Amino acid sequence: MTTIDLASDARPNAGRPDAPGPNLGLGLEHRSRGRAVRNQLARIVMWTAFAIAMVPLAWILWSVISKGGAMLLDSHWWTNSQRGITNRVVGGGAVHAIQGTLMQGLVTAVIAVPIGVMTAIYLVEYGRGRLATAVSFMVDILTGIPSIVAALFIYALWVTTFGFQRVAFAVVLALVLLMIPVVVRSTEEMLKLVPNELREGAFALGVPRWKTVVRVVLPTAFSGIITGVLLGLARVMGETAPLLILGPYTKNIATNLFGGLMPTLPTMINQDRTEVLQPAVDRVWGAAATLILLILILNLAGRLIAHFGRPKT
Amino acid sequence: MTDRVPAGTGRLGDRIFGGTAKGAGLLVIAIVTLIAGFLVSQALPALAKDKANFLTSTQWNVDGTPLQFGIANLLWVTVLSSVIAMLIAVPFGVGVALFITQYAPAWLSRTAATLVDLLAAVPSIVYGLWGLQVFGPHMSGIQDFLVTYLGWFPLFSRSGIGAASTILTVGVVLSIMVLPIITALSREVFAQTPVANKDAALALGATRWEMIRTAVLPFGKPGVISASMLGLGRALGETVAVMIILSALADGTAWSWSVFHGGETFASKIANNAAEFDSPQKAGAFLAAGLVLFLLTFVVNSIARIVINRSKAFSE
Repeated sequence: MTTIDLASDARPNAGRPDAPGPNLGLGLEHRSRGRAVRNQLARIVMWTAFAIAMVPLAWILWSVISKGGAMLLDSHWWTNSQRGITNRVVGGGAVHAIQGTLMQGLVTAVIAVPIGVMTAIYLVEYGRGRLATAVSFMVDILTGIPSIVAALFIYALWVTTFGFQRVAFAVVLALVLLMIPVVVRSTEEMLKLVPNELREGAFALGVPRWKTVVRVVLPTAFSGIITGVLLGLARVMGETAPLLILGPYTKNIATNLFGGLMPTLPTMINQDRTEVLQPAVDRVWGAAATLILLILILNLAGRLIAHFGRPKT
Repeated sequence: MTDRVPAGTGRLGDRIFGGTAKGAGLLVIAIVTLIAGFLVSQALPALAKDKANFLTSTQWNVDGTPLQFGIANLLWVTVLSSVIAMLIAVPFGVGVALFITQYAPAWLSRTAATLVDLLAAVPSIVYGLWGLQVFGPHMSGIQDFLVTYLGWFPLFSRSGIGAASTILTVGVVLSIMVLPIITALSREVFAQTPVANKDAALALGATRWEMIRTAVLPFGKPGVISASMLGLGRALGETVAVMIILSALADGTAWSWSVFHGGETFASKIANNAAEFDSPQKAGAFLAAGLVLFLLTFVVNSIARIVINRSKAFSE
């Protein structure tokens, strides 16, 4: 279908509908110079588009590194909290916020990964019919939910309905909502890549279906699933909107998910972002650099695992 | 996947494992239903007490006893900033995707793709910080130029907001944030263009650009549309970057069509007032705003999915 369309459409020497009148003789020569020019122009446009797209990336990274990179070189940054440190004083570290971000990320993953992976297994290995379509559709909706709406929902559930305090676990619940669809979609893609012959081979040997999934399909797709988890984790660790609504900041180290405040890197940035005093400004950019570093490490780890551990087909 | 073996053998292990998988799927359905249900049920009481027209009022007074709030302002700022973002990001996204799939030499192609993906790894709060403090001030030149020469046009009329905190600046920053989404998906569909189509075009004497125009772009069009829709959904719901950059206006500020004005989007309104959810009535008003945002992104994302699914149905 497309091929036929294309054949009639792509012949440059046939009377093109957009050509300026049926010029014969010299016109053809002229037109083909125009085509060559347009071709070169398109090439230049594409290269330029890419070059311009790289500007913000380089600019952002440069801003963050030049303004906050120095903070990361100080060993106190990785060992101290901001306890007792005011915005006029240099010093203190971000360990309280790093710990909070990592802890919330970890607990989010612990909850979201099993749900996400099992949903993907359902969609690929078991699901069919209307229920599977419905689940798939719901995952799509969940993918598109803005983080602030997820946070509002948890607020309506956790604070308004149950009457609980704003604690770190409420943040985790909001992050779980955001992480599940990422894990489902990436796991689904990986499970689909597992060749059917492997499943059929196991079935032929009399292996039950569940054991086939657990012992044959999942190990084959394992590295891909890990990649998806790490990329999903990278996404939720940079989320700030749920933290604004559900996770107020504190300068102290906190480890209790169910009581008190828990600081994170995004809220550490948010706390002092309007400061004009240099020590506080430095810490804001230092926290931004730390957050980007953490996320880049997760991304890189994900990509490396994806690169070296593809399912052997 | 029609050649799949029938599910389950009736063994206990199968029933448990299959049941758990099904349970996870049902949980996802339950979550989404709960989200919609909660937003509606908590927003309705506040909407019922709303003395202003929810859709057309520009007021936002949720403290006083006659509740008066409307979303006209929020909707305008949300849509305007997202449209600006799309106007910039879609052409660039398509251009970069074409560069990666059709123009870049092999050694550069993969690196280029990774670099663009890295834009998605930058947290939105960092975009906000960078947009307000580093990038925003550079917008003043463009603002002065447009205000001076096109100021008669309502979109470019003068306003008292600093160049770093305008809707236009937000739009530009949002375009950078959604660029990786649009690029990644467009790249995928462009890469799937059947080699036969491309070869046919080239064999007929098409230049590379003509080949792209006649083979790659028509094939990738549904993909680009749905990629743009997903990007739009992201731009509409972006919270923290908008909250940091955009200058929120006092209630009662005169309406302006200008892209150089300030204001709040649905998401930034909610985030700006996160500390004020102390009464169910107040929270309800913000939940109503959240509900509209949810519906907006839902519609946009659904269009994206429909376009993807229809094009899949055609190509298979």
